[in-house]
Amino acid sequence: MSSTDWPLWEVFVRSRRGLSHTHAGSLHAPDAEMALRNARDLYTRRAEGVSVWVVPSTAITASSPDEKDPFFASAADKPYRHPTFYTIPDGVKHL
Amino acid sequence: MATTVEAGGVREAAFDAAVAADERIEPRDWMPDAYRATLVRQIAQHAHSEIIGIQPEANWITRAPSLRRKAILMAKVQDEAGHGLYLYSAAETLGVGRDELLDKLHTGRQKYSSIFNYPTLTWADVGAIGWLVDGAAITNQVPLCRCSYGPYARAMVRICKEESFHQRQGYELLLALSQGTEAQHAMAQDAVDRWWWPSLMMFGPPDDESSHSAQSMAWKIKRHSNDELRQRFVDICVPQAEALGLTLPDPDLVWNEERGHHDFGPIDWDEFREVLRGNGPCNDERIGRRRRAHEDGAWVREAAAAYAAKHGEAKA
Amino acid sequence: METGTAPIRPADRTAALALGDDALVLAQRLGEWAGHGPVLEEEVALANIALDLLGQARHLLSLVGNEDELAYLREEREFRNCQLVEQPNGDFAHTIARQLYFSTYQELLHNRLARTGTPFAPLSAKAVKEIAYHRDHAEHWTLRLGDGTPESRERMQRATDALWRYTGELFEPVGELPVDWTELNDSWLASVTSVLERATLTVPEGPRRGAWTAGAGREGLHTEPFGRMLAEMQHLHRSHPGASW
Repeated sequence: MSSTDWPLWEVFVRSRRGLSHTHAGSLHAPDAEMALRNARDLYTRRAEGVSVWVVPSTAITASSPDEKDPFFASAADKPYRHPTFYTIPDGVKHL
Repeated sequence: MATTVEAGGVREAAFDAAVAADERIEPRDWMPDAYRATLVRQIAQHAHSEIIGIQPEANWITRAPSLRRKAILMAKVQDEAGHGLYLYSAAETLGVGRDELLDKLHTGRQKYSSIFNYPTLTWADVGAIGWLVDGAAITNQVPLCRCSYGPYARAMVRICKEESFHQRQGYELLLALSQGTEAQHAMAQDAVDRWWWPSLMMFGPPDDESSHSAQSMAWKIKRHSNDELRQRFVDICVPQAEALGLTLPDPDLVWNEERGHHDFGPIDWDEFREVLRGNGPCNDERIGRRRRAHEDGAWVREAAAAYAAKHGEAKA
Repeated sequence: METGTAPIRPADRTAALALGDDALVLAQRLGEWAGHGPVLEEEVALANIALDLLGQARHLLSLVGNEDELAYLREEREFRNCQLVEQPNGDFAHTIARQLYFSTYQELLHNRLARTGTPFAPLSAKAVKEIAYHRDHAEHWTLRLGDGTPESRERMQRATDALWRYTGELFEPVGELPVDWTELNDSWLASVTSVLERATLTVPEGPRRGAWTAGAGREGLHTEPFGRMLAEMQHLHRSHPGASW
């Protein structure tokens, strides 16, 4: 047996209140509790975080890069979802 | 068959276009096998360097001459373990496990930076490592923050940010010695004399002999040539050495008005190759100690894995 | 931090030295792990703990005088740390057992000191948060080593037993600290017993102090490994009298 038996965890850190957790990196740990502690030691040494999540890497389902187009192309095609799409007469405020 | 070849061609074209457009390649993107292999080799070597690099400095943690310096050195050495971890993580996104990489390190199939095969004989060596070795590393690493492979580039951003204190603490340490007693000044000069040339070797062989450089530059894994970075480093160090009141051990070091750079003397590449080949002053100790730590720790890693298996669902 | 000038009462001086030396000596021991850890993540964790302790030590020693003079120029017999913290790292199990015993003690003590009017209250209030993490770290590892593999359990039991006889000294009164030492000892014993039991380990039955009546760490009497540890720690500083670093 070797440390390969320590699974890989993805670490998400909330840098301060009001912000989302952001992916910071990964690490190995034998279980969730230790993963959380290792994440605290490794990714918040300089007070970078107020909250940490750890997720087993195997639990993440990702979109395939090969599906890039069908997955995301249609969203790129709807400019009317963005405020800059609309023309407003000069001088109209608070819109 | 024809469609597969065609699909491969399309993927390769997409990869080339992304690199050309300075976009980042991400783990699940298609990439040429050779690109992947080059990255694994380079990131692993980089990660190994961080963790082997712990040893020469850890050598002085217990003897640091003031409590302030002890705290600084502990924090720095801890960062190096952390940086090793960031880099192993980056390598793992390419599909190789940390264990596999460590095994290759322990059996000599992957390398680490030869600089760490030199001994730290005095306290001043801790300063010289911070100023010169970390300085050279930073010169190498800053361009890597824009490396074409996303996870590597992101790890480097984090590392460069954290390492900014490493070089400064080394410089400050040397300054205190240089301005201290005669014995302290001599200690500082001796350390700089010993670390200067090996630091210049850290940029790798001259461009015309560097085997991997051209392809790595085309892939934007590497952004500047070895000689270009080496020159940049020399130019940065000369005024810093003056401010320290220490000399750099190179009689040929002189400002060249025409080039706008410092000329410097020839590097002893025989020494470089010998150390690389395993004949440096500390090669065996460094690898031996690393392997021992790993072997001595096996029962701890096994215990934690066994506990997790027993209590798996308890509190996930 | 480098010059402590505020005069403090002799009894508080005694206490500051005892608590400061505990933290300093344990930080020094933990610093020896750099490059030797069983796994990289653990090197980072042990270094964090060492850095916290070193910070506490510097604060406490500065209450008494110049931190470096105190750390580097005192002789072995002038150090007031308990013997537990000076024990060599041994294998990882010994280090964890030492951490469990000491951080449990330290957390209970500083929790109480934080609520006193002593000069230690502000430091204790800050330190107790750091120490809670140290204790948590030690507990988690005690559980994993005790309830891990047969080998790890045997090693953890051996370490738990070997260090047991250094735990009685922790509850000798220190200076004039307003602490109920008997109650502190009871709480410590309850806490440590609970962790050891959860880790499927046997609570040691041996004596909690050595048979030697000459004294112990708080009186300046130390164990053999301590002299070597100090020699290593102090030699560079002492080789350059009067130098600044």
